Amino acid sequence: MNLGTRKILDRSFTVVGITSIMLMATALLVVVVPIFTGGIGAIYFEGTIEHRKLQYNEFGKGDRGAIERQIAETEPYRNEVFRILDAFGDEMETMEPGEKRNYLSKYKKVRKMLSRLLGPLPGDQKPILLRYQYGSTRWEKAEELLHDLMFVTKWDYSNPDEMAKRYFVPRADEFAGTALASLFLYLENNLEKMLLPERTFYWGFLTDRSLDAHIFGGIWAEIQGTFFLAVGAMLFAFPLGVIAAIYFTEYARDNFFTSILRSANSTLAGVPSIVFGLFGLAFFINTIKVSDSKSVLAGSLTLAIMILPTIIRAAEEAILAVPKTYKEASLALGSTKWRTIVTVILPAALPGIITGGIISLGRAAGETAPIIFTAAVSVGATIGLADVFTMPTPALSWNIYNLASEHEAANEIRHVQYGMVLALISIVLLLNLSAILLRARISKKLKG
Amino acid sequence: MQEVLKKKSAEKRILAPRESRKTIGNINVQNPRMVCRNVDVYYDDKQAIRNVSIDIGRNEVLSMIGPSGCGKSTFLRCLNRMNDTIDSCRVTGEILFDGKDIYDSSIDVVPLRAQIGMVFQKPNPFPKSIYENVGWAPKIHGLVESKAETDELVESTLQKAGLWNEVKDRLDQPGTGLSGGQQQRLCIARAIAVSPEVILMDEPCSALDPIATAKIEDLIDELREQYTIVIVTHSMQQASRVSQRTAFFHLGDLIEVGTTENIFTKPSHQLTEDYITGRYG
Repeated sequence: MNLGTRKILDRSFTVVGITSIMLMATALLVVVVPIFTGGIGAIYFEGTIEHRKLQYNEFGKGDRGAIERQIAETEPYRNEVFRILDAFGDEMETMEPGEKRNYLSKYKKVRKMLSRLLGPLPGDQKPILLRYQYGSTRWEKAEELLHDLMFVTKWDYSNPDEMAKRYFVPRADEFAGTALASLFLYLENNLEKMLLPERTFYWGFLTDRSLDAHIFGGIWAEIQGTFFLAVGAMLFAFPLGVIAAIYFTEYARDNFFTSILRSANSTLAGVPSIVFGLFGLAFFINTIKVSDSKSVLAGSLTLAIMILPTIIRAAEEAILAVPKTYKEASLALGSTKWRTIVTVILPAALPGIITGGIISLGRAAGETAPIIFTAAVSVGATIGLADVFTMPTPALSWNIYNLASEHEAANEIRHVQYGMVLALISIVLLLNLSAILLRARISKKLKG
Repeated sequence: MQEVLKKKSAEKRILAPRESRKTIGNINVQNPRMVCRNVDVYYDDKQAIRNVSIDIGRNEVLSMIGPSGCGKSTFLRCLNRMNDTIDSCRVTGEILFDGKDIYDSSIDVVPLRAQIGMVFQKPNPFPKSIYENVGWAPKIHGLVESKAETDELVESTLQKAGLWNEVKDRLDQPGTGLSGGQQQRLCIARAIAVSPEVILMDEPCSALDPIATAKIEDLIDELREQYTIVIVTHSMQQASRVSQRTAFFHLGDLIEVGTTENIFTKPSHQLTEDYITGRYG
């Protein structure tokens, strides 16, 4: 190959390399930016007086005096709404039965939407579910509700060849000529005064328990559950993995048996996690019955089996990377094999072993499938350390899936889902970062 | 290139009439520390050392020279059973240390290696502090009991190795941060910290510059008063400077043994003469 061709090849490869890296960076940004902005939205948002009421009533947070003052501030505007409702109620009493029936269902709809916006209306029964006991806690949700209240959504099916088109009709038209007609304009102009939105940092999102299946409150139970599961998995997998790696590298002879073991280990590393999940259910819960049903213990054991091959391999590689001269030096000083392993080889391999361990920890924290059948529940209270042997727990990975696919109010609490995703990613990122720092620190200490 | 290789291997074949490859010179010394008789070493089927017999005297420096691949390092590693770590390696014959066969099944290799220390080709201090590098082995052998005793031993050992003045202010820093020559002297210090009787050195200066080499050679000369030293070296000048006796190995055979002076001034074997005059190797 002559010089000209070689140069062209080199340059075209550079171009291809840069392009692929740029593509990856773009893809990453496309994923990360929405997660970040959406996740931040769970903590930093415009919270209404309803949010502050909820915080005070449920968690005892906030200044009672200030909240009561603000409630008093909103009262005149809310009372005007209630007055209009009453006036319309009175008006309906005077209507012909047919006309009344015509208005009744529409009126009920308006009342329902209003209660979602402002909380239970006078004359309503006290709702049982917490989600109906408060109005809109987030201003952007309140604005969406207001729009739904102001306009009726209709669909235009006139052209059979096209998808139906959506269009909006002012709801005021439905009540034209009645006392209720003035409600809509009034609401539009005064909603802010009824809800008093303020920029809010809700740190409690990370430390509060969830209320009414994540409709309100925070994700502490999930964070803690993830922590228990991942740390539990490490407690089993890390010592076992390191011991296995020591056996493979220092004790095992190269024979048929060990080569089978090695390839089994590699195969295990590639098994899909859902298989581990089902195995965990079949073995840990149904066969050896570590707990009566799902529990943190069963989940940790399943995760441990899943990450074990990775830990073994990482530790094996770290041990093999220790210069043979250390081992020889130690043996030549009359140290026993075991002492050589413990005091010379393992310390030198430690950075690699720890890196492998922490990356596995991150994986254990993020995996969903292994814990579906063994440990995770979608809604649950924060559990204590003593409950890990018997109780299941909510966990970030599983609850993200749950909020995305199974939650009945999924669309209204997207911010919680994003918040969980951000929390999970931050945890994994922090773990990996600490692995890098720890590794740098230990290698610096070793190399000087 | 191919032709050169062919020629070389042809030369090797010519070189080997068995009769002319018997050891020349006096292998015996008065009151020897180690006695090796008819030692053969095999890696799987390949024989690396053939029927080597030699005595190693007290308080002498024995240097082993020879071209690459002649088996001198292999033989050295037999002397403290470091070859045990290689699975395919097999040793036959007799190696006596103070009258006992070190390959006897009743011999515990752990204390044996403490008595016959080793310094390697590449400086290999542990990735620990300088202090721990020296103090670690005495601690595991129970030679020191208190911190004060360890301190004392570390200081005296480093002084013996001529390293004390250079490192006394940074004993807590990693041994791997020293210069190459300092690292090698640290390794020697580490080896003598467990008070061995024999020190085996496997080309200890091959990775060092001339000044560091000179320091190590001075050190070897001093250590001779207390220890028996066997040194493998590629440098014939070094062998002539530090050793009293020299053994010349060639392709697994011990060709010639004698006082260093004799070997270098009037070698008896043609191969020895060719090697030390630089005709091959």
